[in-house]
Amino acid sequence: MTKDVAQLLEIPPFSLPQAAKEALFFPAALELTRYHSVHCEPYANILRALEFDPEATHRTRELPFLPSGLFKAMRLSSVPSEQEYARSLTSSGTTGSQTVHVELDRETAADQQRALAHIAADFIGAARLPMLILDQPSILAHGSGLSARAAGILGFSLFARRRVFALREDFTLDLPAIRMFLEQANGGPFLLFGFTFMVWKYFCQALRKSPEHLDFSGGILIHGGGWKKLLDQAVPPEEFRRALNECCGLHRIYNYYGMAEQAGSVFFQCGAGRFHASELSEVFVRRAEDFSLCEPGEPGILQVLSLLPRSYPGHSILTEDEGVFLGADDCPCGRLGKSFWVTGRLRQAQPRGCSDVYAG
Amino acid sequence: MTHLEQYNQVFMKLFGVAEEDLPALIYLRGNWDSLQHIEMITMMEDTFNISINSTDVILFNSYEKGKEILRKYGVEV
Repeated sequence: MTKDVAQLLEIPPFSLPQAAKEALFFPAALELTRYHSVHCEPYANILRALEFDPEATHRTRELPFLPSGLFKAMRLSSVPSEQEYARSLTSSGTTGSQTVHVELDRETAADQQRALAHIAADFIGAARLPMLILDQPSILAHGSGLSARAAGILGFSLFARRRVFALREDFTLDLPAIRMFLEQANGGPFLLFGFTFMVWKYFCQALRKSPEHLDFSGGILIHGGGWKKLLDQAVPPEEFRRALNECCGLHRIYNYYGMAEQAGSVFFQCGAGRFHASELSEVFVRRAEDFSLCEPGEPGILQVLSLLPRSYPGHSILTEDEGVFLGADDCPCGRLGKSFWVTGRLRQAQPRGCSDVYAG
Repeated sequence: MTHLEQYNQVFMKLFGVAEEDLPALIYLRGNWDSLQHIEMITMMEDTFNISINSTDVILFNSYEKGKEILRKYGVEV
């Protein structure tokens, strides 16, 4: 782990005012940019083409960014030999889209896990709880690479004291397993974790059809990824929450925004409905025509930065998602730093499975 | 069985390694991936009847470091 990341993991993840955060974040992100330009030749070539001059860069917003599509087209690595790779993370599956390749070494993978635990604990606490995974058991079967959906489940499993899968292999509810889980959890607290689309289609919709009322009021649901599919089905976030509350009493529901290229430093949505950048990550919203920064409230393309990627140059990425920058240090929830909304997917962008590798 | 023997058993069973190779075990190297990690933690909890918090689950990143972690929970290995 780098000194910068270690230092930031020592303090609560949303505790620095934006100016103080920038003072720590910028030098760390600049160092990471230099590091990758030394260790990854294609990246160095890109920086040269962009005429990037580290000496003339003084703010995080001036750092270069790569389009996320590049990680589909190329394998970019800053690790010296192939043998060093612990694994490669892939995010794919939506019909017709390409796979994202992210090369992870041991250090970066471990940093991602620590960061995820650090950020999530701010929302759900650090205690390990029984966890019901709203997915099928075989999702964790070993393969050559790890899908982002499996990686997400594994990442959040660090918070689990006991893991039970809620779905059978055919995506139907495993009711006996769920009943036994609820009985043992004895009212809670307990965790539920799943990908947004899976939660909606195979948990919420199935429970609505079931004559049996199951009580999940003691549960904390964490969901992320794949929500764009819901927008396609015209399910707004409020409807998602309301339906879950109605069908099984769930009311503690946390959405997170993240991507395979920056696993670990995820953006959680607070009670006020805003996504928050922790001290390990940063966000900008840019105009499509010239990549200049949008004003607060003006929709644009989301750019995300993370201090975690060291085995590949994925620390500054222009996403294919549309968002709105809301402000810094001003969220009613009290968390400091920047907050934003994710409003959709860019129209011209190729549909891509972030974590929703299930194409159903 | 001593605590050390029980501790070693968990690793040997889970990772299929010989006793002399135990000190070299490091998280995210070889078979010790995050899936096995959670298995291992659960086995340690069951074996020693303790409950490890999420911070220590992450800090438990090698065979040697694990001994230190267990000491926090009153288990001398």
